[in-house]
Amino acid sequence: MTTNMTNKQWVAICNIDDILPNMGRCALFNNKQVAIFRVLDSAGGESFYAIDNYCPFSHANTLSRGITGNIDGKTVISSPLYKQHFDLLTGICLEDKNVKVNTYPVRLDGHAVLMSEATINVS
Amino acid sequence: MSAKIKLVVIGNGPVGHNFLEYLVESGNSCQYQVTVFGEEPLPAYDRVHLTAWFKNQDVADINMVSEDFYPKNNFILHTGDKVINIDRTKKLVTSASGMKVHYDKIILATGSFPFVPPVHGHQRDNIFVYRTIEDLEKITAAAKTAKIGTVIGGGLLGLEAAKALMDLGLKTHVVEFAPRLMAVQVDDGGGAMLRKKIQDLGVSVHTQKNTQNISDGDTAVHKMSFADGEILETDIIVFSAGIRPRDELARQAELSMGERGGVIINNNCLTSNQDIYAIGEVALWNNKIFGLIAPGNAMAHAAVDHLTGTGTSEFTGADMSTKLKLMGVDVASIGDAHGNTPNSRSYTYVNDREEVYKKIVVSEDDKYLLGAVLIGDAAEYGSLLQFMLNKMELPSEPEGLILPRVDGSSSGIGIDALPDSAVLCSCMNVSKADVVETVQAGACDMAAIKSCTKAATGCGGCTALVTQVLNNELEKQGVEVNTDLCQHFSYTRQDLYNLVRIEKIKSFDELLEKHGSQSGTGLGCDICKPTAASILASCWNDHVLDEKLHSLQDTNDYYLGNMQKDGTYSIVPRIPGGEITPDGLIVLGEVAKKYNLYTKITGGQRVDLFGARSEQLPAIWRILVDAGFETGHAYGKSLRTVKSCVGSTWCRYGVQDSMGMSILLENRYKGLRSPHKLKMAVSGCTRECAEAQSKDVGIIATENGWNMYVGGNGGMKPRHGDLFAVDLSDVELIQYIDRFFMFYIRTADRLQRTSVWMDNMEGGLEYLKTVIIDDKLGLVNELEQEMSAVVGTYQCEWKTTIEDPIKMKRFEHFVNSKRHDDNVIFTTERQQIRPVLTAEKNTETITQ
Ligand code: SRM
Ligand SMILES: Cc1cc2nc3c(=O)[nH]c(=O)nc-3n(C[C@H](O)[C@H](O)[C@H](O)COP(=O)(O)OP(=O)(O)OC[C@H]3O[C@@H](n4cnc5c(N)ncnc54)[C@H](O)[C@@H]3O)c2cc1C
Ligand code: SF4
Ligand code: FES
Repeated sequence: MTTNMTNKQWVAICNIDDILPNMGRCALFNNKQVAIFRVLDSAGGESFYAIDNYCPFSHANTLSRGITGNIDGKTVISSPLYKQHFDLLTGICLEDKNVKVNTYPVRLDGHAVLMSEATINVS
Repeated sequence: MSAKIKLVVIGNGPVGHNFLEYLVESGNSCQYQVTVFGEEPLPAYDRVHLTAWFKNQDVADINMVSEDFYPKNNFILHTGDKVINIDRTKKLVTSASGMKVHYDKIILATGSFPFVPPVHGHQRDNIFVYRTIEDLEKITAAAKTAKIGTVIGGGLLGLEAAKALMDLGLKTHVVEFAPRLMAVQVDDGGGAMLRKKIQDLGVSVHTQKNTQNISDGDTAVHKMSFADGEILETDIIVFSAGIRPRDELARQAELSMGERGGVIINNNCLTSNQDIYAIGEVALWNNKIFGLIAPGNAMAHAAVDHLTGTGTSEFTGADMSTKLKLMGVDVASIGDAHGNTPNSRSYTYVNDREEVYKKIVVSEDDKYLLGAVLIGDAAEYGSLLQFMLNKMELPSEPEGLILPRVDGSSSGIGIDALPDSAVLCSCMNVSKADVVETVQAGACDMAAIKSCTKAATGCGGCTALVTQVLNNELEKQGVEVNTDLCQHFSYTRQDLYNLVRIEKIKSFDELLEKHGSQSGTGLGCDICKPTAASILASCWNDHVLDEKLHSLQDTNDYYLGNMQKDGTYSIVPRIPGGEITPDGLIVLGEVAKKYNLYTKITGGQRVDLFGARSEQLPAIWRILVDAGFETGHAYGKSLRTVKSCVGSTWCRYGVQDSMGMSILLENRYKGLRSPHKLKMAVSGCTRECAEAQSKDVGIIATENGWNMYVGGNGGMKPRHGDLFAVDLSDVELIQYIDRFFMFYIRTADRLQRTSVWMDNMEGGLEYLKTVIIDDKLGLVNELEQEMSAVVGTYQCEWKTTIEDPIKMKRFEHFVNSKRHDDNVIFTTERQQIRPVLTAEKNTETITQ
């Protein structure tokens, strides 16, 4: 996997408590709708993921409202309307590998959730 | 092919109809121009289940013909028109109404008629036979003013008629000429046990009675006088003294006939005329008439094969073994039930306490089964029949096959020992290979087997055996017996339910930690999370947006509304029973107007408001809750609506207050979460304007209380509910519904409606009755307590939500902006909003 990232400008989006554990929220970032997820693993660790909020199957801005989980070891979100799964790390749809949503860098700084200006391209 | 072959089918009974079904299946039906004549006013119905007509007095329950069957296949059907002449030289058929139709080929499927012995007085009024729907209508009408009913003939059909008379509320007698009941199928010992069981049910049985005269009675309509000088007074008489082939047309057409009637056929079902076939009960093969449906269907198959030249099946006789339930008593007879084979041996097991009688007849060397009689418990029918039909070698001590098992293991047959060709279901002619293939093609439950192969959809006698083969095959495949809920739990939904209940588990994390299969790494998924949420709600009924529960919910439950295709939500306030005040309607109108919502009346007798963005939901619900509305749970796998008709308060026909009852029930069960959604309805009389029989629980008012139906379904695969109990008081009704719902919640699969759950239940309706009415499992108190805990902890989810500022925050579309989703765009149609089509959108805004 090669990750190619340019321009590391981090922008504060919200407070950690604004996103409930194991849930997603939609954020406006660079005039785009982005779905940010906060996923706890049972060891107590916590990861943040950000992908497009726009669902390529339903053509609606709904991905932030899906259920988080893991399937075959991948951390995924299931689309609330037609239930396809997207790998949160890569944005690739499990049911149709040709469909992929964008993923974005996101991290926690103290209590603040930050996103970067750049989009990552994972290949 | 130039001109079509003109095919005339005479008789539209079950066999005549199945012939047409097979013709269509053969793929050749378009080569024929088919005309069908049926003497009865209705298209074919399932005579085998004739008695089921009484349940609702509705032919729909036993109808065999889908509405579009005839038009779709271009078959012409003339009902209520009897064929009276076949002219073999002109090749012309003439009907009673004067219709003349030319034929190339004829299928004679005229069936048989009940034999009425020429007893003096047999033509009096109030004397009937038991063969057609019209017969049943006449018997029902006569029973209204009668007290006593008598059946002449104690055979299979006679006992079925006796049951019908009993159910019509008559004091019932059975009069039999032979020394025992069911003399043909059952031996002396079995007959004695059968008699005992039937008398226990309140039917008086008189054997060795030869009826000689019927005249005016002193205390009832008729007086029957017997050869031995005794008499019996009765208001109604039903003759059930055997059947005779309806061969009058064949006689007129000068076909070869048997000495005692019946049209002679060969293995291809051809009569003595090369252009006329005969099938079903009118046909005589090898000097035998076959009075059962399975051989009739086999003849229909053979006739199609020969006629179209596409198959090679022939009719070469049939096994006449039968299994049935007469008045709730299991009765089965296999092969040589009387032990007539020279030097045969028999083994008998009699249990007077349980009133069970079992006998097997085996060959001299104990190796092969020749016949059997089972009364009171016919569980071994399927495997015994297979031993006989397939000439399988018996275990060394064959009596073990009918002795009770002390170790609880199931009886008899190794499924693997059955040859592939073994016919499991004789009614529908389904072999072991057919079932195995269907399983290999992906079927994994009885409901699927039934719909793909039709196995077990006739008399039902083969259900246990087909289930065994199904499970055996699933086990072999190794994959599909995997009943794991998902990757995270190696349990079924039922297992998880029990674990949650027994270990008092209150959260998903606890469940995952204790019972999850990927210890440490599993997060759950969109299968197990909502399932756990539903189970936790059924058990403990905490608020769905409770801190430890909210992340398990499907988006609909999370936003307490149904997500629409554009990401907006619908709003469905509860309107119990569909009753709403003008003020209530005004509030709904005002809210819809203020928020510009699309408004429609739903199929569930309430109002749906569409097009609300998530951030609008709390404000809308604030207004609704203040006006006294509660959430309608249109989003949940939970109770939806209890539909109702207006009932006795207004309707001239109503016999009970259906409105009052439906409101009471809706308020009792609202909020109850379950494996799938639950729907109910209450009708105020038998006209059934609330369509209660299509609901999970349907209630129909009677003069004396309420009739309760269970397992109905509309939707993708409609199913009429089964009549579960009659004339219940209010209290009994609620008790039974409490138990029914909780038993379903305990034992159903994820997303399994009550209809499918019922179809898959071993033992079916009767078993369900023993659990819920007779308390066979000793469960009912527990079930009632569980329900009362849910009822007692009800809260309106929306009311609680809007009172909690933290819960309210999540409804904002953006976590960091007050803007709203600019991809939600409406246009106007018929004066209301609708989402724009993708093509109508500016693509720029979509992806942004
Ligand atoms: C609104 C309504 C149609 C209407 O405009 O009239 C409706 C709308 C939906 N139905 Fe329905 N059904 C509606 C009455 C019915 C009925 C009629 C009835 O209840 O009397 C049936 C047949 C009866 C039955 O359920 O047996 C019905 C059978 C279904 C089914 C098929 C169920 C089945 O067992 O085959 C589904 C799919 C499912 O549940 O999996 C379904 C699913 C849906 C969903 C939830 C589809 C979805 O997931 O988005 C629709 C949600 C609309 C919404 O956002 O509110 N709806 N649906 C009706 C709401 C009634 C109410 O007041 O609650
Ligand atoms: C109450 C009852 C219970 C039964 N239970 C069982 C059971 O459990 N298992 C089992 O295997 N079998 C059972 N049977 C028997 C089964 O119903 C028959 O074997 C089956 O109906 C035979 O079908 P058929 O089409 O040959 O004849 P029928 O059902 O008699 O149909 C013949 C049709 O042809 C019509 N017809 C006759 N002459 C003419 C004419 N000239 N022109 C036009 N139409 C004509 C008749 O009106 C009739 O509608 C039962 C029967 C009854 C009555
Ligand atoms: S029938 Fe289909 S489209 Fe219509 S409301 Fe029901 S689920 Fe929706
Ligand atoms: S044997 Fe009658 S339904 Fe299968």
